[in-house]
This record gives sequence, structure tokens and C-alpha cells, in this order.
Amino acid sequence: MKRIRKRLVATALLLASTSPAWAQEMIMGPMQGGKAPADARSPDYSDGVDYGDMTGMDMNDSGPYRMLLLDQLEAVHGRSANGQSWEAQGWYGGDIDRLWVRTEGERSSGRLEEADVEALWSHAVSTYWNTQLGARQDFGTGPNRTWAAVGIQGLAPYWFETEATFYAAAGGRTAARLRAEYDLLITQRLILQPELEVNAYGKADRRQGTGSGLSDASFGLRLRYEIRREFAPYIGIRFIDRFGRSADMARAEGQPVFDRQVVAGIRAWF
Amino acid sequence: MHSSGFPELPSPSRRRFVTGLAMGGVAAGLGLLVPGKGWASPSQGQLSVLKGTDLSLEIGTSTVNYTGASRIATTINGGIPGPLLRLKEGTTATLRVTNRLPTSTSIHWHGIILPSDQDGVPGFSYKGIEAGETFVYRFPVRQSGTYWYHSHTGFQEQTGVYGPMVIDPAGPERYPSDREHVIMLSDWTDMDPERLFLRLKQQSDYFNYGKPTAVDFFRDVRSKGLGEALSMRRMWNSMRMNPTDFSDVGAAAYTYLMNGYSPSGNWNGLFRPGEKLRLRFINGSSSTIFDVRIPGLKMTVISADGQDVEPVPVDEFRISVAETYDVLIEPTEDRAYSVFAQSIDRAGYTRGTLSPRPGMEADVPAMDPRQWLDMRDMMGAMGGDTSGPGMAGMDHGSMAGMEGMDMSGMDHGAMDHGSMAGMVSVRHAKTEYSPAVDMHVDMPRTNLDDPGIGLRDNGRRVLTYADLHTVGGSMDEREPGREIELHLTGNMERFIWSFDGVKFSDAKPVHFRKGERVRVVLVNDSMMNHPIHLHGMWSELETPEGAFQVRKHTINVQPAQRVTYAVTADNPGRWAYHCHLLYHMEAGMFREVVVS
Repeated sequence: MKRIRKRLVATALLLASTSPAWAQEMIMGPMQGGKAPADARSPDYSDGVDYGDMTGMDMNDSGPYRMLLLDQLEAVHGRSANGQSWEAQGWYGGDIDRLWVRTEGERSSGRLEEADVEALWSHAVSTYWNTQLGARQDFGTGPNRTWAAVGIQGLAPYWFETEATFYAAAGGRTAARLRAEYDLLITQRLILQPELEVNAYGKADRRQGTGSGLSDASFGLRLRYEIRREFAPYIGIRFIDRFGRSADMARAEGQPVFDRQVVAGIRAWF
Repeated sequence: MHSSGFPELPSPSRRRFVTGLAMGGVAAGLGLLVPGKGWASPSQGQLSVLKGTDLSLEIGTSTVNYTGASRIATTINGGIPGPLLRLKEGTTATLRVTNRLPTSTSIHWHGIILPSDQDGVPGFSYKGIEAGETFVYRFPVRQSGTYWYHSHTGFQEQTGVYGPMVIDPAGPERYPSDREHVIMLSDWTDMDPERLFLRLKQQSDYFNYGKPTAVDFFRDVRSKGLGEALSMRRMWNSMRMNPTDFSDVGAAAYTYLMNGYSPSGNWNGLFRPGEKLRLRFINGSSSTIFDVRIPGLKMTVISADGQDVEPVPVDEFRISVAETYDVLIEPTEDRAYSVFAQSIDRAGYTRGTLSPRPGMEADVPAMDPRQWLDMRDMMGAMGGDTSGPGMAGMDHGSMAGMEGMDMSGMDHGAMDHGSMAGMVSVRHAKTEYSPAVDMHVDMPRTNLDDPGIGLRDNGRRVLTYADLHTVGGSMDEREPGREIELHLTGNMERFIWSFDGVKFSDAKPVHFRKGERVRVVLVNDSMMNHPIHLHGMWSELETPEGAFQVRKHTINVQPAQRVTYAVTADNPGRWAYHCHLLYHMEAGMFREVVVS
């Protein structure tokens, strides 16, 4: 078990530090992203001519567009308890600015353990990255805190879907959440998705059972089959680990520090 | 936008989508009218023909069934494609278009040089044709050749509002033939195109079922070794780009049609052995570039976009969206031949049969293997020594992928662009450094002798733009007085498409001064092909050295390529200028050109 934990942490660190990818991004800078050189030309060839009284073509280039993604909607079978868990997000808006809502949570033995909902203004700042600014509301057995949220979301080199969000709440509380996932195509429809989530807190929260610093990490491996792009059943495993004071607190409450779960669910989007 | 209110896509049965149904087509029956040219028999599958100077079209709805599911199509005179309009050079055409749809519509005459208010682009030429209205187009016909027409409203082009147009020359044909067939290629989807467009916005690789997989990886490891298997993927993955992103919409959604027939439907054109046939190919697709060949027959290309060219014998040609090519063939044997048109992503094809008697069939070739885009498609001239003329014969087969190219050793900034002989540096717009753009090509390739991805070194003689020479040369010998440089830009992940990183809705018009000869420089800062169409005036493509090459209405710009063409701005008015891939256009790859 110790070995699995070590591996889990090692994998977490590997996924979290995409530094080789970032280095590559720097090298590829001239081809992707970057700043306009000083002598970049103007795209304006209008000589002051405007559209006049014609309306111009009626096009679809400014939206709004929308998406609702139920990334995980699953039944969970763990060593300590059975339950359900979800992770979903939706967005609405144009190419640059969108309302972004996401939620995750879990129920155990018929009771809502923990959940949160975030509402964010997502703003595209580069080819693959958006900044996100908004709020998060916690639900469940712990304290139902309200957080201000600021983060980035996007596609890291090597196709890692990444979210990194920092939170601040009343009483000087801070928190951070990093999530990364990857779609490994075994075939065009059979897809293995590793997913990592790490939470950290600025100071201990006894009511929530979290210590300061790195609190917990979960690593999931879900194998889905896309019957169609929008609908895929999956099975998977998920490892959850707690660290430091968070682990001590869990131990004191008789909760498992490390849990290994079997999950089965569906991924669907609209 | 006008929702056509289609039901959802049914769970896809791939085979049906690829080959369609044996029956298929418009339920009301395709026209079997025969043009007065002495056909052997009222042969199956001929387009209905409207000939004369005063013709009427009606746009309405029809039920079609190409995949096993019935769908409502928007059609012209009840058919997909619409009727073949046969006009004559030197006459004045009167075309009465009646809208029987519940929503607005329009017809644009693609490639026809006519007054701006007859061009049929809603919001530019006129307000469109409202439900129940008839709009009467009237314009002098001053050209001849193979063209087409289509709706310029919303996604109606995708749902069936397109048809072929042939203009007979005032005098004799330069290249006479005994018989001719119009062959219009197109793509049909059971999906509501608005939903399809939304899917692309939600997941831009939604229709790509040819992405590299782990299975491919292990196959490459076995055949090439681990190092090479990794290195050929490294740059793609670090750039978050897909080496098989050829088409936004593939066979997962499309059934490819030939004159409205699915591959199973098998369009049939007749000939007598020994005859000289003229085939007028038109790509009326919304989003599909086709590679066309007739196994067993040499084709001689005699016309491009309606303009006669010096004859070029080929085995195969790529026809981008909205282009037309006329070819001559001379089948001497008493046998059937397949006309085979595979999509650029090698996910599907359409085919028909040329035969001496109805109902015959020939072997249908297998589709070519899917190749990865290579360095040329990503980096232009830096991706290989292809910038100079005469380099087409080089073997780049071993370069499929990134192997051997260690990008980390390259410092673009430190390279002296000016000193690299034969290479052209570009001027990016300051608006190209935005979330709407995913790459910049600093040194594009300029050669026109590359047949393009999937056709390189395939053992067949494939047409390239470098082969095309318009008979009689340029129509305006003046040296262009100035240059307008526009970059073809996109973000494939976000599915944003634009010129210079600016979508149509955020852009100002491009102004051509009336009467000027202007050079348009297009640099493709993306890894997709873009067929760029200027309304109202010809685009005279130039060689890399700036000499006249060929006159066209639609110029396909390959990935990481720079092309130039000269335009004589002699047609005043407001004109559409856009990528003819429908979903790129709708996403914003569109400009208004004002000539004043």
C-alpha cells in the first residue's frame, strides 16, 4: 500500500509539473502565441470606407454558443462506503467571454458529503488559456463556505486539460485546487482518461477536517467508450490520499486516509 | 440564423454514412431530362436542364433519404443538386428565383462577373429573398465555362441549395467533345448544420475519427523504434495540434454525393467507346475537398473555374470547395469506369460510373491511406526545401511526421530571414497575436507545384496549380500598383476562423480603389486548406516570381503557403470575400471588399 501511495504522489508531481511542456512552449513561442512585433502591420485596409447602409452578412461568428458537460456521473464503491459522485461544467457565451459554471461533489451512504458550485467569468487570454474569475459555494457536511475564485483554465502542451484555481474566503482563508486530465485514445472510441486533482489550504480548518498545506489528492483512471461523442459509459478506479494534518484529522475521526474506489458511470454532454 | 429544425443525428451506422443507401436521393425523383445533344438514350441520372435566357427557379423543401433516415432538405426545383442552368455567352440572362421556404433565402452565381446588385449576397447585394417573394436577376453573360450557383444564406448550401451552371461560348468550344457530363460533387449530412456548427464550437475534433491512437503508437514503435515514434508526435502534441486535421467535418456526418447520388446510388453517365467526353467537375460541397480520378483513364484538364487552360494530362486532381475543373477523356474500351472522388481526410468517398450501357459497374478503388500533415504543412519553407520551383520531385515521403527534426535547436528569432535565398518572409498583422490564432508561419512556402497532403508522391500524375496556364494569359497586363496582405488565421481548438485574427463581425471592409490593379497576398497561418473566393472579379494567380499563372474565382491556399494574385478592381460595389468552407465562413473567415 505504501508503494502505491508513493507512486500516486510521484504521478501527481509528474502531472502537476508540466515544466518540460512549458519549456517546449517557450521554444515554440515564435510559431504559437507571443506578442506582436513592433513592425507588425495593421489589418485595416478600409481607407475609411465603412459598411454603409447595408447590414452585412448574417453570420454565426459571434455566438452565443453553449455546452453542458457531465464529465463524471458515477457510482462509487470504496472500502469505507458506497456512494455517488459527480463532476460537471457548462459554459455559455462567445469565443472570448463566457459564463462558466462547474460543480463537483459526492454523496456517501445516502448523505451529501461534500460539494461545491462555482460560477465564473471565463475570458480567453491566449490561444489555449482562459482566465476565470468568480465565486465558489461549498455544500455538504462541512462548513458551507463561500469563496472568491480566480484561476486559469485551458489546454496545456501535450493536450492536458488543466484548471488551476485559487480561492479566498472570509477569515483569511485561502485554498488552491489543481485539476488535470488527459484523453488517451486507445482507439477512436475507447478512451482512457487519467485525472488528477490536488487540494491545498492556507490554514487548517478543523470543521472541514483539513490541515494547512497540501491536503488531499485524488487520481482517477476512467476507461470510457464513446458510443457517440456525446455519450460514453465508463468504468474506472480512483485513489484518494490525504496528507499531513489532514491525514491526522481523518485518522482521529476514524476515516480512511487512503481510499481506493471502483467507479462506474457515464460521461455525457449537450 | 434560420433553423431548419432537423431532428437529432441518429446513432451512426458508419457504413451507411460512408456509402449511403442504394436508393437515396430526392424522393420526388431526380429529373431525367436530356439536353438536346443527341444522347444515346434517355440515360439514368442526368441532371434536369434549364436552357435559355429566361429561367425560373423555386427554392422549397423536399424529403430526402441518403442514410436510411428521412430528412427535410432545402432544394431548388425539388432536386439535389438543383437543375443544370445552361446559359449562353453574349446573351442577357433573366433568372427568376421564387422562395417557397418559410424563411429568407438567396442565390449567388458563383464565379460570374456581374453587377454587384445581381450577385445574390444578402446584406451586401440586396436584402435577400423573403418568404413567398420572387427576385428577378438580370445580367449580361460575358463569359463561358463551368460554374455553379448556391444559397448565400445561413447554412442552406449544406442542406441542398446548390446547382450547376454551364455557359456555352458565343463561338465554338476551344476543346470540342462528342458528349459531356456535368459531375457535381457535394456533401450531405443528416445533422442540422446549425447543430453541426455548434458541435464544432464545443469540440472541434468532433468529426475526426482518424486521430492518432495508442494502437498507432505501438505500431510505430514496432516499425520505427521508440525514439522515432515519440519524436514524430512530440511537436504535434506540444503544440496541441492534430496531424490528421484535414476536414472539420468528415464521413462521421457526411454522405458524399455525385450529382445527388450516394456511392451506393452510383450515378451513371453514358458514353460510346471512341467518343471524346468532356466532364465538367464542380465541387459544390460545404466542407469537403475531393481528390478525383478515373482508374484506367487519363484525364486532360482543359478548364479551371470556367476559364480555358492549356491542356494538362493528369491521372488525378484535387478539387477544393467551390472550384470547377473540366477534363477530356477518351475511353476506347467497351467497359465501365469508376469516377472516384475521395475526401481529403480519406474518411469517405463518392463515386459514379461511366459506362457504354446503363447499370454497369466497375471496380471501386480502395481509399488511399491517411497521411499525417508534414513539416511543410506546419512550417512552410522551413519545413523542407520546397520553396524553390522544381522541387516537387523531391522525396519527402520519409518526412511524414516530425522525425529527425529537433525543434529545440531552432531559434526563429535569431535567423536572418532576408539572407535565406528563395524564402519569403511575411508581415503578420498585429491582431494575429490573440486567442483567435493558434500559429504563425514566418517563412511560408511559395511553390505552387505541390499537389498537397495525401497526394504527394503517390505514383500518379496529380494536377497542381503550377500546371495551370490560362489560354491567352492575363486580362490586364498592368503591374499591380500596391499589395494587400491578408493572413488566413484560425484557432483549430476553439474553432475560430478569421483573416488576420479578426473575425468578420469585428472587421472593417477591405477597400479596392476603382480601376486599380491590386495584388492580394495571402499567407496561410494555419494547417488547413482554405479555398478563398472573391466575388465579382477574377483572381489572377501569380507564380512565386510574380508572373501570371492562372485565372480563377476560388484559390485554394495550402497550409503554411503564401500565394499572390492580382485583381483588376473594375467592378464597383460591395463584394463578399471569404473562405468557401462553409463552417469557416460562418465562424468569421469573411471580409467585405468594397470597390469604389
